[in-house]
Amino acid sequence: MVAFTGAVSAVVVIREGMPWWVGVLAALITGALVGVWQGFWVAVVGIPAFIVTLAGMLIFRGLTMQTLDNVSLSPFPSEYQYIAGGFLNGLLGGPGYDVFTLVIGALAAVGFAWSQWRNRMRKLEYRQPVEALWLFAVRVLLVAAIIMAFAWRLANARGTPVVLILLAALVLLYGFVTQRTVFGRHIYAMGGNLQAAKLSGVKTRRVNFLLFINMGLLAAVAGIVYSARSNSAQPGAGFMFELDAIAAAFIGGAAVTGGVGKVQGAIIGGLIMAVMSNGMQIMGIDQSTQNVVRGVVLVLAVAFDVWNKKRATADR
Amino acid sequence: MTVRTHVEDPILQMRSITKRFPGVVALSDVSLTVQRGEIHAICGENGAGKSTLMKVLSGVYPAGSYDGEILLEGEPVSFSGINDSEARGIVIIHQELALVPHLSVAENIFLGNEQSTAGVINWHETNVKAVELMERVGLRENPVTPVGTLGVGKQQLIEIAKALSKNVRLLILDEPTAALNDDDSEHLLGLIRDLREEGVTCIIISHKLGEIAAVADSTTVIRDGSTIETLDMHDGSTPEQTTARIIRGMVGRDMEHMYPEREVEIGEEIFRIEDWHVTHPTQPDRVVVDGASLYVRAGEVVGIAGLMGAGRTELAMSVFGRSWGREITGTVSMHGKPVQIRDVSDAIEHGIAYVSEDRKQYGLNLIEDVRRNVTAAGLKKLAPAGWVNANEEIAVAERYRSSLNIKSPSVLSVVEKLSGGNQQKVVLSKWLYTEPELLILDEPTRGIDVGAKFEIYSIINELAAAGKAILVISSELPEVLGLCDRIYTLSVGRITGEVDAAEATQEGLMELMTKETDR
Repeated sequence: MVAFTGAVSAVVVIREGMPWWVGVLAALITGALVGVWQGFWVAVVGIPAFIVTLAGMLIFRGLTMQTLDNVSLSPFPSEYQYIAGGFLNGLLGGPGYDVFTLVIGALAAVGFAWSQWRNRMRKLEYRQPVEALWLFAVRVLLVAAIIMAFAWRLANARGTPVVLILLAALVLLYGFVTQRTVFGRHIYAMGGNLQAAKLSGVKTRRVNFLLFINMGLLAAVAGIVYSARSNSAQPGAGFMFELDAIAAAFIGGAAVTGGVGKVQGAIIGGLIMAVMSNGMQIMGIDQSTQNVVRGVVLVLAVAFDVWNKKRATADR
Repeated sequence: MTVRTHVEDPILQMRSITKRFPGVVALSDVSLTVQRGEIHAICGENGAGKSTLMKVLSGVYPAGSYDGEILLEGEPVSFSGINDSEARGIVIIHQELALVPHLSVAENIFLGNEQSTAGVINWHETNVKAVELMERVGLRENPVTPVGTLGVGKQQLIEIAKALSKNVRLLILDEPTAALNDDDSEHLLGLIRDLREEGVTCIIISHKLGEIAAVADSTTVIRDGSTIETLDMHDGSTPEQTTARIIRGMVGRDMEHMYPEREVEIGEEIFRIEDWHVTHPTQPDRVVVDGASLYVRAGEVVGIAGLMGAGRTELAMSVFGRSWGREITGTVSMHGKPVQIRDVSDAIEHGIAYVSEDRKQYGLNLIEDVRRNVTAAGLKKLAPAGWVNANEEIAVAERYRSSLNIKSPSVLSVVEKLSGGNQQKVVLSKWLYTEPELLILDEPTRGIDVGAKFEIYSIINELAAAGKAILVISSELPEVLGLCDRIYTLSVGRITGEVDAAEATQEGLMELMTKETDR
């Protein structure tokens, strides 16, 4: 799907010569439609998600090849490439370092502090225990300092990457959706105990369906970023991405049985996987060895989860 | 009691069996002696410990996990698993049949005991032997027929054929006729008698007392994890006398101080169902609830007394947003007006709440904390605009934790770690938070200790006093009598009686509950 949405966007932008944002829109719509297709089979017809996903991999890989006539399409216009490779730089000028990046960093730090403070006030309002004020202050200052240090490094390099903003927006959005909304709660409830969720009035089919559409959209975002980054749409793009995604989720603390895991965890898992791959790439380790290492890491991550669970049950 | 005519020749003696689960003593000092070549019935209410005892016997609970000893033909045995007990000729047939529907009759009979040489299955022998075994149980079917295409009665016979293939000497049947119609039951009981002639000893667990009177040679009554007495069924007393004695043994327990007092103030009718029919989801010819009608008024606690398999849970779940069964027909009314309930959220919207009998499977998200379990069904109230007010949520959970006295370190504790009674209170909180008008409680005190039971009863009373309509499903008669104002009895899917709790007796209820109506 990553490849398919990337391909669609490439066809629209490169072959048809449409502006970059039409390509992005086309990719997102395609992603959503693919999600509708997948969700239909899983949530409405009731085919196991695993099978539908497997079939979807074949179907959309095939459609990618047809869309692209089996050749790579490139190059994308520079605006499009900007999504993945661009930096926001020099918008506010600056002597040797990028002021804009520092402003973004400062906004993030202040935003964090403000939301923490608000949270604390709300808790006090509800007479809930809060940490001591000095501890709170130290914690907030520490996080703010880390954010600023990071922004300083970026400012001294090439400025704020566009993808970072995109990522931050996605993390914030999904963190909010999963943790704070009724919809997010329903997802966790279904993962924890499907029967109990049903009997608590969760419309499980609807939630499942929407989740698949959401997955389609996210895959489209990945497709756009990937095609923009590689400046081409290739029939083989996104090959084995599914495994990286699974690995990231598990390393980030999701469970095979469902019902646990957080967006932050998945991001950390994704970062670990990506840093590992990237590191091995830079060290010049053979591709075959890289695959072995990634596979082993995945098994170990899940084994850790299983072991952890066993220990937790034995405790009781 | 008259002296038994035949010689004492016990095939099985279980002595002082005590089995503990965390927090509960399921069996305490139970003894059971079964004579060779007899049909021995075991009677008791649900949860009395019958099944636990049989699991101890068959090695499902391995030796060492219980106290006491088991003597088979006079020699002590210790089974570490079901294979050990089967090797000694003890075969247990569970109420839920363990057949693989897509495999053939012959394959099922020899499942785990395949007729093979060097690992290669001899199909000819398998099928020929299967036909022989089927003849012994009086079943005439093609051995290659898939089991799933046969009726439950025939499947039961296949289970017995399977047991025979293992050279069974002691056959244990757990509620063998619960799912059968009269003809099939009759045939099965006849078969058990025939097997007795062939020297197979049989232990039969059953709720149907008429059946027991007809077929058993002796009967052991178990109550609250202890043996009450063993009756000789050939001691000259009439079947009515024996049945009465068994009922007394099953229910006679001290009821003093178990149930808190309550001022009853009954208001207008809240809930009513008329002519409710439900068909089994996978067996289209099995009508599980057959024309049930009942009503509950505000402030009233109404009981549905029925034994396992009577269709109690099926009735409740089909009403609660069609969560069980197919071809559900009949009308549901709230406050005298018919309402359409298509799914669970409709039911919640109309003020119906259902507390399942199986809280772990259907009630709780075990890996989640108390807070999120409490708010799971009423989450919309915390999220008028779609996002949850996390602080209000904690406040709500805290409120229920203190008002229902949920003993947990905090509302952020994971419910998996709580005791059964506290878990049940969490489920209750969850439904109370939806502010229901009708609360259906399915076996609300199953698997929780006496102290917690009392608390749950008090909560139920408070709710009734607050004007809620309460429907309690229970197979524990003292509970039904102690708690309810009015009682419906349910037997094989039909309402067989409606009695005022003040006038009801356990014996009278048990009679209605075991009444086998014509189909």
